[in-house]
Amino acid sequence: MNSSSGKSYMSTASSSVIWKAGGDVVADQFPAGLRVLVVDDDPTCLMILEKMLKACQYNVTKCNRAETALSMLRENRNGFDIIISDVHMPDMDGFKLLEHIGLEMDLPVIMMSADDGKNVVMKGVTHGACDYLIKPVRIEALKNIWQHVVRKRKNEWKDFEQSGSVEEGDRQPKQSEDADYSSSANEGNWKSSKRRKDDEDENDERDDTSTLKKPRVVWSVELHQQFVAAVNQLGIEKAVPKKILELMNVPGLTRENVASHLQKYRLYLRRLSGVSQHPSNLNNSFMNPQDATFGPLDLQALAATGQLPAQSLATLQAAGLGRSTAKSGIPMPLVDQRNIFSFENPKLRFGEAQQHVNNNKQMNLLHGIPTTMEPKQLAGLHHTAQSMGNMNMPVLSHGSQSSQNNPLLMQMAQPQARGQMLNDSTVGLAPRLLSPMGQPMLSNGMATNVSTRNGVPENIRAPSYNPVSQTSSMLNFPMNHISELPGNSFPLVSTPGISSLAPKVAFQEDVNSEIKGSVGFMPSYDIFNDLNQHKPQNWELQNVGMMFNTSQHSNSLRGNLDHTQSVLVQQGFSTGQNRNSTVISKAMFSAGDSTGHVNAQNGNQHLNSLFVDNTVRVKSERVADAAPANLYPDHFGQEDLMSALLKQQDVIAPAENNDFDFDGYSIDNIPV
Amino acid sequence: MESKHVHEQIAAMRQSFFNEEVLNENFSQLEQLEGKDNPNFVEEVFTMYLRDSIAFLETIEEAMKTIPIDSIKMDSILHQLKGSSASVGANKVLKEVNKTRQVLGKGNLERTKASILELRKEYDSFKAKLEPYFQLKQANSVAQEK
Repeated sequence: MNSSSGKSYMSTASSSVIWKAGGDVVADQFPAGLRVLVVDDDPTCLMILEKMLKACQYNVTKCNRAETALSMLRENRNGFDIIISDVHMPDMDGFKLLEHIGLEMDLPVIMMSADDGKNVVMKGVTHGACDYLIKPVRIEALKNIWQHVVRKRKNEWKDFEQSGSVEEGDRQPKQSEDADYSSSANEGNWKSSKRRKDDEDENDERDDTSTLKKPRVVWSVELHQQFVAAVNQLGIEKAVPKKILELMNVPGLTRENVASHLQKYRLYLRRLSGVSQHPSNLNNSFMNPQDATFGPLDLQALAATGQLPAQSLATLQAAGLGRSTAKSGIPMPLVDQRNIFSFENPKLRFGEAQQHVNNNKQMNLLHGIPTTMEPKQLAGLHHTAQSMGNMNMPVLSHGSQSSQNNPLLMQMAQPQARGQMLNDSTVGLAPRLLSPMGQPMLSNGMATNVSTRNGVPENIRAPSYNPVSQTSSMLNFPMNHISELPGNSFPLVSTPGISSLAPKVAFQEDVNSEIKGSVGFMPSYDIFNDLNQHKPQNWELQNVGMMFNTSQHSNSLRGNLDHTQSVLVQQGFSTGQNRNSTVISKAMFSAGDSTGHVNAQNGNQHLNSLFVDNTVRVKSERVADAAPANLYPDHFGQEDLMSALLKQQDVIAPAENNDFDFDGYSIDNIPV
Repeated sequence: MESKHVHEQIAAMRQSFFNEEVLNENFSQLEQLEGKDNPNFVEEVFTMYLRDSIAFLETIEEAMKTIPIDSIKMDSILHQLKGSSASVGANKVLKEVNKTRQVLGKGNLERTKASILELRKEYDSFKAKLEPYFQLKQANSVAQEK
């Protein structure tokens, strides 16, 4: 379509060009000329929609089969600005198409259906749809769809800016290129918008066209193959965006592009592995995003400690996975693999911690992580923190092993947590467990999560970590709780939650009782409930930093869960950065179905805000629109851990992930 | 003039549809989409709708004959029918579709059968009303062109 745009990734340029070429559409006429692809197997609806869109002065292409639409998009990535798709289609599920598009082209997708059930709408959210329309679609609803295009571009810009200044250099050339073929008006806007973006985000908003002009990297098959080759060459653990970028050596590609793609890729791998229970790769091993509920930290830690038999871990994972999938199937955004690894480390700790906990040994999981945990917890936490801290660090290095650990951790976390935790159930104990585990885990998890989120570790400290004391939460989230034990419960919560999220499903039942002692697997509701709504929420929040205030009770748990989910997801759930979100979302779903998602979504948003403020700093990887697992700004609360984690997570480039639209790659869609 | 008379007749028919709630405001939306460059848009849409929905209905009726009934498939078809009926503004048909889906969901075979019969009746009635309307409209516009 946009012949003018030489760069494939300069979709904005091409769009602006197209608009221009399309019919003298000047930037001012935006949104006229918006290129919409509408997919619906019902010819009547298709016809009506086409007419309506044309009435809105959009450039419409209609398609009655998802496969056709997908190939159309693949052939011409820059050919469309937005896609509207029906949910129920005979050849391919609308959500699947949504995932594909999000993964391959990263275009905004609006889902549409005669169904207005909450679940379906939620599904759209979690799969990354930017909007959901109920049939019969009114023309008024279509008049504003351009906002999604603008918003996306704007966010992408933000990611750009956040990710670093390096890209500016990249952008400059792009801008000039755009200048070549884009009209002066657009070009000017674009360039200026770009520059302004660098300086001030607000400017972008002023120029709606400029915001649209964000150059978009289109991950063509070849490009993706190059990417995968680079990743494999570096090794998934070491695959940092910077290095990948260097290896790929693609002009004009920015680190942010790579980072965000890497996140997606990890998610995808995770999902793949989750499905196949693939323990070998971290990428894969991290539980499917959906299952992400497993606090990766926990499992890993547990696995690391060797206490968790691989089998149990697998079981846990399976349980968690099963649950999670059942739940909402929210694909957790691919958590940075790194994060996962980080989690693993913490998990290890956790496992150890658990062991210790039973023995009343306090693992200093959290090294020096100051948590406001309750005295008991605190004590335990400190110890653990310290030990953990130490441990964490090394744990982090475990990253590579994490894949294996994770499963173990998970299992370990669970079984162990349960048994031990339960017995102890004492708050003190729990905190300890959590702390050692949680903290380190948290930090790790957080770190990992952080990658996705931003330094969840901070959350760990979450003051409200009451739940932690509750023991259940703490244990479960070795990662999250631990750090958070003090009060924030986040750390614990996060980790347990996260890890538990996945397992939660399964564990929840179990965990509830075990929550006290159980590992933080049950980040989701169970823990919270058990925890007395206390801290789980807190830690969730803490992780999330925002939303969950300690006060949250079980009810809030839901909400928290949502938040936490996102938080957890981020933090503990390192399982897959996306997992967290999914985990949380899952948790949410499990807990309160609808409440969950709403919260999640809100949570995500909140989380983002919270992150900034709270310790939870989970780096929010792109928060999918779907909500759970929104990316949180990179705020790493935990200095030590976080920095350590962050370093690892550097790849994650949380900033970019803010726009994670889809939770994960569709497994079959990733061209490798 | 004759054309004026026909014109009034058409308007009256149309109004009656709304009064009887055979059509709802979505129909008006479609009418608004009609323009000089596509004066028969609504009719085209309806032709398409009637054609597709009869196919749906027949499939549903067939599906009811198998034992046990494939309720998932049926619900999927009903869902589609719901979407298209809602989009064209076929109000009563839409209501019947929803009712049928509900009954089907509850698993009551007899009531589902009855409901499908009702749906079919409503559809036939709808078709019987709208087709002459469009024919008249078409004839009138042709006449006016002369």
